[in-house]
Amino acid sequence: MSDDLIWNVINKQFCSFQIKPHVSQNNQSFCRNEYNVTGLCDRRSCPLANAQYATVKQVDGKLYLYIKTVERSHTPRNLWQRIRLSKEYAKALKQIDEHLMYWTEFNINKCKQRFTRLKQVQITERRMALKEERGEVSERNYVGVKHKVKKREEKRERKALAAARIEKAIEKELLDRLKSGAYGDKPLNVDDKIWKKVLGKMEDKNTEEELEDEMDSEDDVQLDSEDEDEDEDEGQIEYVEGDEDEEDEMVDMEDLEKWLGQDSDASDDSESEEEEDDDNEEEDDQDKKSAKKPTQQKGKKIKGRRPRLEIEYEEEPLTNIAAS
Amino acid sequence: MGALDEQTLKGIKNKQKRQQLFAQLKHEHNKSRHKERSARAREERENPELKEKRLAENVPETIDSKRVYDETVNVDIEGEDNFDGYFKDGVEPKVLITTNANAKKSAYEFSAMMIEIIPNSQFVKRQRKYTIKDMADYCSNRDFTDLIIINEDKKVVNGITFVHLPEGPTFYFSITSLIERKKITGHGQPTGHVPELVLNNFTTRLGQSVARLFQSLFPHKPQFEGRQVVTLHNQRDFIFFRMHRYIFRNEEKVGLQELGPEFTLKLRRIQKGIRQDIDWEYKPELEKDKRKFYL
Repeated sequence: MSDDLIWNVINKQFCSFQIKPHVSQNNQSFCRNEYNVTGLCDRRSCPLANAQYATVKQVDGKLYLYIKTVERSHTPRNLWQRIRLSKEYAKALKQIDEHLMYWTEFNINKCKQRFTRLKQVQITERRMALKEERGEVSERNYVGVKHKVKKREEKRERKALAAARIEKAIEKELLDRLKSGAYGDKPLNVDDKIWKKVLGKMEDKNTEEELEDEMDSEDDVQLDSEDEDEDEDEGQIEYVEGDEDEEDEMVDMEDLEKWLGQDSDASDDSESEEEEDDDNEEEDDQDKKSAKKPTQQKGKKIKGRRPRLEIEYEEEPLTNIAAS
Repeated sequence: MGALDEQTLKGIKNKQKRQQLFAQLKHEHNKSRHKERSARAREERENPELKEKRLAENVPETIDSKRVYDETVNVDIEGEDNFDGYFKDGVEPKVLITTNANAKKSAYEFSAMMIEIIPNSQFVKRQRKYTIKDMADYCSNRDFTDLIIINEDKKVVNGITFVHLPEGPTFYFSITSLIERKKITGHGQPTGHVPELVLNNFTTRLGQSVARLFQSLFPHKPQFEGRQVVTLHNQRDFIFFRMHRYIFRNEEKVGLQELGPEFTLKLRRIQKGIRQDIDWEYKPELEKDKRKFYL
C-alpha cells in the first residue's frame, strides 16, 4: 500500500491510535502508537504512513534506535531494524547520525530529541531510586484531585464566601465583646465617650436582669467568648525563661543547632550562650566571638557539598566537631 | 409578565419585533417592581417595626440552615486533649515556622507573613535531611509549642501543616485564593501588637478541636491597644482567614480596615501524634451531600 493511501485513511477516516483532545490549540491531535517519534499525529511523524521511518525506544531500560525501510516492508517480521545505542550521550548521537545518513533532517533531529528526552527520564529515575536507597523518602503526600472535584470546590468556596458575610460577622462579634465587657473595665481600644455610653447601657441591662432573676442566661456558648472568660479567670500569667539546665538533651540540641546553623542572627544569639557552656569544658579562654564560630562552621560543613567552603575553614582547629 | 404575554410573544414570528416587545414587557415589569420597593421602603421608614416583621418572616433558606443534623454540634468538649497545656496550664505558645524542602520564593514570602501574624514565632530555613518527625523532636526539646510547615508546589503556596508539640496532633490544611497584602486595596500596615482572635462557626467536635488549634497559636492576652483582630471564619467547611484593624465608631458601628493577607483554608487531614495514625481525612465522597458539613 502506498503511504499516501494510508495517510488518507488515517487523516480523513479513522485511526485507532489517534487522540483528539477536547481542548487544544490549533486543533493538533496526538498519537498513541509507541513507534511515533514525536507523539503528534501528522503526515511526517506517522509511523504507519511512512515506509521509511526511524524512532528511539526504551526496552528494558536500554535505548534502541529503530529503523524501518521500504526494502523490508514486505516482511513484517523483520520490518524494524534495531540498533543498541551507546550509554555515552555524545557517542549515541554520533551513532544516530551514522545510521540515518542521507535521511531527512526531520528524522534525524526528532530521533535525537527523543533520545535526549528518554535519557533525561532515565537520569531522573536513577536519581530517585538512589534517594530511596539512602532512605531519603519524600514526606510529601500526593493525592490526585479530579478536575470535577476541583471545580466543585472552587464553586463552593465562592458561594461560601458570599454566604459568610465575614465583615458583618466580625463587626457583630466585636460589638458583642465590647458590650459583654470582655475588654475589661478600662478598655484601651475604645474611645472614652463611647465606652461611657456602653457602660450606661450595660448597667441598665444588669439591673433588668437582676429583676428577672436571671431567667434567660445566655445560651450562645460561643467558643471565643468562652476562651476570653477563661483568660480573665486565669489572670496571672508568668513569663518564664526556658530551662537552663538542658544537659540531658544536649545531643538533640546540638542536632538542632546544626539545623539552625544557617539561621537568622536572633536565634544565633540565643544559641551562643548554650554553645559557650560546651566550650568551657575544653577551652576556657574563648570569648563570645570565637564561641560563635564553631556553630557557623558546623552549619556550613553540613550544607557544603562544595569543597570550596571547607577550604576556607581549614585553618581553624577542628576539635569542636570531633567533640560533637 | 403573565402567561398570556408569553403566549402572544411566542406567536410573533418576526424575531426583531419579538425582541422589541419582550424588552418593553421587561421594562414595565422592572418599573412596577421598583415602585413597589420604594413604596415599601417609605412605609418602613415611618415605622421600622414593619421592616423587622418582614425580615423576621422572610428568612431565606440556605444550605446552612438546612444542614444535616450532627450530634456533636455545640456540645462541650469532654475529657482531655493535647491542647490542655495551653488552655489549662496556661503555657504561652512559641511557634516555629518552616517550609517544605527546596521551597521557592512564594513559600518564603508566605512565611514572612505568618511571622508577622503569629506573635512569638520564628522562621528557620528547612534542610532536606530533617524530616518533620526530627524537627518536631528538636522543637519540643526547645519548648516550642507548635511547628508550622508551609507547603509550596510549583511556586504556589498550597498547604500548611500545624504540628502541636510535644504530642501532636497534626493538622493539614490546603490553602487557596491567597491574596497578599499589597494586592488588597486600601490595606493598612499591621503593628506588632498581639491581635485578638475571632473564631466563628466552629461548632462540631471536629470544628472545636480545629478552633482550639488556632487559639493555641496566639498568646493568652491580646494587646487591645493595637485594635487588631485576626479572624478565622468557618463557613461550609471553608475557613476564611482575615486580619483587620477596627475602631468603634459608636455603640452600634464598627469600622474595619483590612490589613491582609486573605486566604482560605480547608481541612484535609488530622493525624494523631506527629504524622501518625489518621484521625480524620477529607475525601471527595464526604462532600457528595451539599448540606453535610464537618466543622
